[in-house]
Amino acid sequence: MKIHEYQAKELFRKYDVPVPEGKVAFSKEEAQAVADELGGYPVVVKAQIHAGGRGKGGGVKLASSREDVGTLANQILGMTLVTHQTGPAGKEVKKILVEAGQKIAKELYLSMLVDRQSAKIVIMASQEGGMDIEEVAAKTPEKIIKVYVDPLCGIQAYHIRDLAFGLDMPSDAMKPFSGMVKQLYTLFAANDCSLVEINPLILTVDNQVLALDAKVDIDSNAMFRHKDLLAYRDLDEEDPQEVEASKYNLNYINLDGNVGNIVNGAGLAMATMDIIKNAGAKPANFMDVGGGATSEMVENALRIILMDQKVKAILINIFGGILRCDVFAEGVVQAAKKTGINIPVVVRMEGTNVDTGRKILAESGLNLTSAVDLKDAATKIAAAV
Amino acid sequence: MSIFVNKNTRVLVQGITGREGQFHTKQCVEYGTNIVAGVTPGKGGQKMDDIPVFNTVKSAVQSTGANASLIFVPPAFGADAIMEAADAGVDVIVAITEGIPVLDMVKVKNFLATKKCRLIGPNCPGIITPGECKIGIMPGKIHKGGGPVGVVSRSGTLTYEVVDQLTKQGLGQTTCIGIGGDPVNGTNFIDVLKAFQDDPETKGIVMVGEIGGNAEEEASEYIKKNLTKPVVGFIAGLTAPPGRRMGHAGAIISGSSGTGQAKIEAMKKNGIHVCENLGEIGEIAKRVF
Repeated sequence: MKIHEYQAKELFRKYDVPVPEGKVAFSKEEAQAVADELGGYPVVVKAQIHAGGRGKGGGVKLASSREDVGTLANQILGMTLVTHQTGPAGKEVKKILVEAGQKIAKELYLSMLVDRQSAKIVIMASQEGGMDIEEVAAKTPEKIIKVYVDPLCGIQAYHIRDLAFGLDMPSDAMKPFSGMVKQLYTLFAANDCSLVEINPLILTVDNQVLALDAKVDIDSNAMFRHKDLLAYRDLDEEDPQEVEASKYNLNYINLDGNVGNIVNGAGLAMATMDIIKNAGAKPANFMDVGGGATSEMVENALRIILMDQKVKAILINIFGGILRCDVFAEGVVQAAKKTGINIPVVVRMEGTNVDTGRKILAESGLNLTSAVDLKDAATKIAAAV
Repeated sequence: MSIFVNKNTRVLVQGITGREGQFHTKQCVEYGTNIVAGVTPGKGGQKMDDIPVFNTVKSAVQSTGANASLIFVPPAFGADAIMEAADAGVDVIVAITEGIPVLDMVKVKNFLATKKCRLIGPNCPGIITPGECKIGIMPGKIHKGGGPVGVVSRSGTLTYEVVDQLTKQGLGQTTCIGIGGDPVNGTNFIDVLKAFQDDPETKGIVMVGEIGGNAEEEASEYIKKNLTKPVVGFIAGLTAPPGRRMGHAGAIISGSSGTGQAKIEAMKKNGIHVCENLGEIGEIAKRVF
């Protein structure tokens, strides 16, 4: 789960990780009230959306007066911000963070994430703060310091020394930096984060360290033990169809093609998208209804896919296995009748009682085409759009 | 021959009295798996069908000599269940549970480094040696025993699809293993590839990967260096957008790493027969093996 910068900073404050003073605002008036409270200029006005690259896209500006704050708030609130992470459609800005400006001596980079390969928590740091870290990693990997923390032992002082000396941290800043990294690690572990990233982490002219930016992702699988963090979920940032799908435990991702697809199992669902593309059409979504798949799930899946006007045909690909194909076919027929589906549907089923299943589809009187195997399904779906 | 499990494997089921646990235990028994015990805390002394239920894995192992465990507990208790099995001395632990938090798995993995057991999964369909032993949720009847093909995959239903095509081509399987779709898991591709290389009955291997991480790239290099047996490879998710989690927690392209293209290139470079269209994997395997 992604959260906003202002929420991440709220979490940082809770763990004594230093951040600039500031507050979120939803209108020009609120923004100016926050600036008044901060009591000095310049202040920074930052668009709050779930995507990086906001500065380059024009979503982060410096204000030197109360009027400036008002003008910038009007400008940024409601704008559609396009960054390399939002896609070409961009995202509408509905809230801004107003923060006190800082006297920056140096910009650094710091992040924590789970390293899949070593099964450790890796902390990465670099003196190339403010830059795109992917680019730094590709061009100058030697400029990235990595330390690996064993989750059973937790962070040790030497991990922090490795980072601090690698970053050429001035001796006066050693203590604040050490405290910050320790606290961040605690935050990371206690909140089941999958990513904590500070870019830039700044060193001020008086040798303080501060998280100028904050990005926190939480492991969706761990939400059951973080009910408090659920309040941070922002449905405005999510695709409405995806929100609807999540209510029914359907794994759904909206894409920009024209062939809707419903599949049981994530791997097979990805492979089915690839098959659609190979056949010359484009997948409109990823939809995994789970290894089992009931008729109720198929009904909801169909309904959600039909919300998408771009969809011109639907491919249902189910590997029956333990689920019987006749039972499943009944479910598809019921669901198709209930949703009043009026575009071509190709159904590819495999598994137990597949012949009875195909017979049920054929005799349903609905616009349902059976496919005998994956190749056949691909040809038929490409012909349907 | 087979790898990791065979007809002598004695299996206990953790979470045997739950809905999933009961259903799949019956399916395994029907297939011929030697299920000797179940574990559900608080239900010790009861029976599920004819299978004795114990409160702890330790007591189940002591009473029945179980040497493998099949885990169906909810995600919040997944890490605990795996560690309990490992501590009780179980050799092979198969965790079906989907949705265990990754920080739990990171701890489990480091804990298991001090044990001699093998973890398969989590978030996987399990392992089957056709005709001998099924420890998992895969449909038994699509498999064909006796080899010559070994199958290893990160997926569930996608593996069934592959196995079904192999069987229809007349190619039997020695052992089929789903290593799971989570970012941090137990047994990895290389562990399985090594075992298949050492298994005389396995003549060829099908490896099914997907986007996210770089396990396929590493496995490809390992294959080139260490394997003499032919490998057919497939990668799911070439059309997946970056930054989105495609159902499996581990199936996510981060920045430039984890893309399907990079994996396919690594496979080709290292002499793996890459199948680009899933509908053809059975035919390709028939041709190569």
